[in-house]
Amino acid sequence: MALSENEILAGVAELVNEETGLPTESVEMDKSFTDDLDIDSLSMTSIVVQAEDKFSVTIPDEDTKNLKTVRDVVTYILNAQS
Amino acid sequence: MSSAPHPASPPRVVVTGVGAMTPVGATAHESFEAVLAGRSGVVTIEEDWKETYGLSVGFAARTTAPPTDVLPRHEAKRLDPSGQLAVVAARAAMADAGAPEVDPERLAVVCATGIGGLWTTLDAWDVLRTRGARRVLPMTVPMLMPNSAAGAVSLALGARAGAHSTVSACASGAEAVAYAWSMIRAGRADVVVAGGTEACVHPLTLASFGAMRALSTRGDDPAAASRPWDTGRDGFVMGDGAGLMVLESAEHAAARGARVYAEVAGAGLSADAYDIAAPEPTGAGASRAVREALTTGGLSPADVVHVNAHATSTPVGDVAEVKALRAALGDDLEHVAVSGTKSMTGHLLGAAGAVESIFTVLALDRRLAPPTINLDDLDPEVDLDVVHGAPRELPDGAALNNSFGFGGHNVALAFVSA
Repeated sequence: MALSENEILAGVAELVNEETGLPTESVEMDKSFTDDLDIDSLSMTSIVVQAEDKFSVTIPDEDTKNLKTVRDVVTYILNAQS
Repeated sequence: MSSAPHPASPPRVVVTGVGAMTPVGATAHESFEAVLAGRSGVVTIEEDWKETYGLSVGFAARTTAPPTDVLPRHEAKRLDPSGQLAVVAARAAMADAGAPEVDPERLAVVCATGIGGLWTTLDAWDVLRTRGARRVLPMTVPMLMPNSAAGAVSLALGARAGAHSTVSACASGAEAVAYAWSMIRAGRADVVVAGGTEACVHPLTLASFGAMRALSTRGDDPAAASRPWDTGRDGFVMGDGAGLMVLESAEHAAARGARVYAEVAGAGLSADAYDIAAPEPTGAGASRAVREALTTGGLSPADVVHVNAHATSTPVGDVAEVKALRAALGDDLEHVAVSGTKSMTGHLLGAAGAVESIFTVLALDRRLAPPTINLDDLDPEVDLDVVHGAPRELPDGAALNNSFGFGGHNVALAFVSA
């Protein structure tokens, strides 16, 4: 069963929290991973790899570099899971 | 090259802070109290490794508390267990030193390891074999490299004068202290957080050291397995832990009114070039290291009141060290109180020399040498005054810490009471 946008956001927020210690509520749709959340490239790669596991999707490297904001990731997963 | 003028005599170096997580305590001071009380940290391994892999040994000395009790989860996640222990111990050492404010470019780190990020390496290999390359985490290399702990501590403390890793097997931790001492003497830093870390109690290392017949197999009584100088000794006991000290130029320490535990007076390093694993049986190389530690510290054998010996509880190594001490100190060995604290902590490999340096420094500070436990029947070849049964009061004076490693590495450190 496909997850809703809010469920995906909550799941991504959990991954960000585990990786960086940032509170889940700081992971908002319009936040940029690098500029707002101060997440480095290794952490971002780690989050993407774990998101693939968590949501049973595949996110190729060439797509990862376009995922700038939380909304980008949530939307990508939302589309990829269907 | 620095254009700064070289001082006529090098700065004196003192110890102003200690931090540790060991099999006998969650802090350096708690660990020292435990060894004064003669408590063993050797325990039966709860995992079923012995049965699953057919190991000859099912016990080890493990830290009393996991570093993840102290570290936030996201920080722990980016560190191998050896790095976690190092960061906790380094922060504790700086706090113990009174959280000195140091110019970041005058603050350095030297953090040793014998084995490095073994758990990270093997866990990543398991992930690769079972789930493929895409599941290997991107932090794998920064976590497994042997300089990982040094880099992580440098990052945690904002230390920019240099971050170094000494790697000389079981002499690594002592070599880190020697390197830090030389950095301050050379004017490269005012404060250096120095020591070592190890977290490699794992079926693979137990099997590998076991294959060398280096480990005690006294499984029916693990707390009695590490028994330096006893006739019944049959090998060492592996242990996990970390210890780091704050070394500081005496001038810098005095300017901020810091408490001084002891002075790092001298260091001696040598290599056996004899065998990749076995110690040179006459202790010639080790005795050169001890003599160099004394001469660089402007000390004579008559100044020595205490030795925290390497004494791992192996049949050959323990006796070679006795010969080395006899050769270096001669008749002055008669008035030296010798302790073998691995009888309680087990052998922390790359952290051993660092943790035992902390014990040596605290022994000088407290004027109290810890006992050696499990010494029921002193080997007749060991003509040392071994402290056992209870701690021994020490006069003012100098103390030595010896560490020797596979590869033929010998390191001796000389400390003087403050």
